[in-house]
Amino acid sequence: MSLLARMRQGRRGYLLSAPALLLYLGLLILPLGLTAVLSFNVFDYQTGVKNDAYTLEHYGLLFSDPYFYEIFLRTFWISGLTTLLCVLIGVPEAYILSRMGTPWRSIFLILILTPLLISVVVRAFGWSLLLGADGLVNQSLQAFGLAPMKLLYTPFAVVIALVHVMLPFMIIPVWTSLQKLDPAAEQAALSLGASHTTVMRLVVLPQVMPGVLSGTLIVFGLSASSFAIPGLLGGRRLKMVATLVYDQYLSELNWPMGAAIAVVLLLLNLLIMLSWNRMIERRYKKSLGAA
Amino acid sequence: MAFLRLEGVCKRYGEIEAVVATHLSVDKGEFVSLLGPSGCGKTTTLQMIAGFVEVSAGAILLDNRDITHAKPSSRGLGVVFQSYALFPHMSVEDNVAFGLRMRKVPAAEVHKRVATVLQLVRLHQHAERYPRELSGGQRQRVALARALVIEPPVLLLDEPLSNLDANLREEMQFEIRRIQREVGITTLMVTHDQAEALSISDRVVVMQAGRITQIDEPYKLYEHPRTRFISGFVGKANLLPGDRDASGCPQVRQLPGEGELTLSLRPEKIDLLAAGSGRLPGKILSRFFLGSQWLYRIDTAIGEITVVRRNDGSAPLNEGTAVGLDWPAELLRVLEHGEVPA
Repeated sequence: MSLLARMRQGRRGYLLSAPALLLYLGLLILPLGLTAVLSFNVFDYQTGVKNDAYTLEHYGLLFSDPYFYEIFLRTFWISGLTTLLCVLIGVPEAYILSRMGTPWRSIFLILILTPLLISVVVRAFGWSLLLGADGLVNQSLQAFGLAPMKLLYTPFAVVIALVHVMLPFMIIPVWTSLQKLDPAAEQAALSLGASHTTVMRLVVLPQVMPGVLSGTLIVFGLSASSFAIPGLLGGRRLKMVATLVYDQYLSELNWPMGAAIAVVLLLLNLLIMLSWNRMIERRYKKSLGAA
Repeated sequence: MAFLRLEGVCKRYGEIEAVVATHLSVDKGEFVSLLGPSGCGKTTTLQMIAGFVEVSAGAILLDNRDITHAKPSSRGLGVVFQSYALFPHMSVEDNVAFGLRMRKVPAAEVHKRVATVLQLVRLHQHAERYPRELSGGQRQRVALARALVIEPPVLLLDEPLSNLDANLREEMQFEIRRIQREVGITTLMVTHDQAEALSISDRVVVMQAGRITQIDEPYKLYEHPRTRFISGFVGKANLLPGDRDASGCPQVRQLPGEGELTLSLRPEKIDLLAAGSGRLPGKILSRFFLGSQWLYRIDTAIGEITVVRRNDGSAPLNEGTAVGLDWPAELLRVLEHGEVPA
């Protein structure tokens, strides 16, 4: 192929992907860039954002005030716990699902997916009805003569609702990697003298690790930046980073501070997810191949 | 003395009987093939022996020990699967060592035994590789090594060669036989390929619709097929109408119409002579070159007959040539009338 023809080929490729590139630029890169710039703008409570003056003050505050440390720490342990629970529930669930007969498998798969069709806000309100001071859980506790518990506006409520929302994002990637498994490999392991638990541990789990890895990345990323659930079930006092950003923007009207928090959340999230990915991949790279 | 014995083993799925009251005994060190078309129950039989499928009725005895309801992990049998079922995330060495590690064999001995068995299947240079880096034939050898290393009393092979291409399949047939002889292990192989079953087994068990229809040595099975199905499934056969002559010997019926017997005559047993001689006149309809042989389809008064002649280097007969067919009368085989429904 001549150079000219190759260039024309290249141009055609760019031309064809232009709509997608424009969308990507306009809806992701541009707002991200603007947010990053905004986080360096000077803010004054009397006059608002100064577009032409820049400062590192917001980042300085963020790294010096223990109030922010606490919220970041809480966000990450809640997300971590949610991810762990999703692994503990989702992996066995996906395995059972993959072993089901033909009619039931599709029915249960749809059942797992349907919650995704309902708005997160609606589901959060549902949980607040269940867990509230006068909710179903406390009513039944009282019916058995037990003292009512404070459930709503606790980390417990946030974690339980996050697990509920995030579970499909764990089940689907794990289920996909389970599909690639040869059921005869499990029979082979059994015939070689392995017990069912050993088969799970040595044969099934290592092979679904890529699915578990993508599941944990999705769940952790979405949990750490989730807004509606901590907002509605965590209340005013149990803040997470996303709700903190919201407060800075809409209550304090301190947009640059909100932008700075958002940028730090994004960077920390990236850092945690990338190092997690590297750790798992390094451990399984050799055995899992290029895939 | 029978080493592995099936006594009236049945498998029912609801109303459907996949395997019907099967009796079979396999001697120590013997190589037995279960041969049949797909859906005949041969794989189900193997899976019942391995313990992956529950037995509905009957008993399975291994060395006089009843293993009918034992767990697969406690039977200690070596199984080679059609898909090989290797562990893709483990190296060849770890795959083969798996069974020994499950038995808590000390590491030094594991290493030694794995090395020995890899030597046996000629894969000792690939111990560090992963299954995806191996060819089909090599994976097959790993699967074989993994089953053999635990020194099982019986080796079960489920269609071991069906995923290999034709050349490799023949090579592996002889390889499996060599290894089986060297180790002296009792082996039961499931296959739908008659050539495979005939070439490497001591005895062949033909199954059809969940039943065993014939058990014989390969040569006897080929020369004395019991039913119409077996004569067509194992090798090629001409099915001819026949009657008994005055002395009670079967003879091909030369006149049109059904005879009282069904006779089987192998294509390579028929001689082609000049027109006018022999037992039956015919005309060559078509001919096919098979390399070492010529296959002729010949039109005769009693229907189309297939004849196979050795390619001896001389020019083949042309299509349309009139010929005479002749055969030794003692090679006609009488088939049983009672036919198992497929």
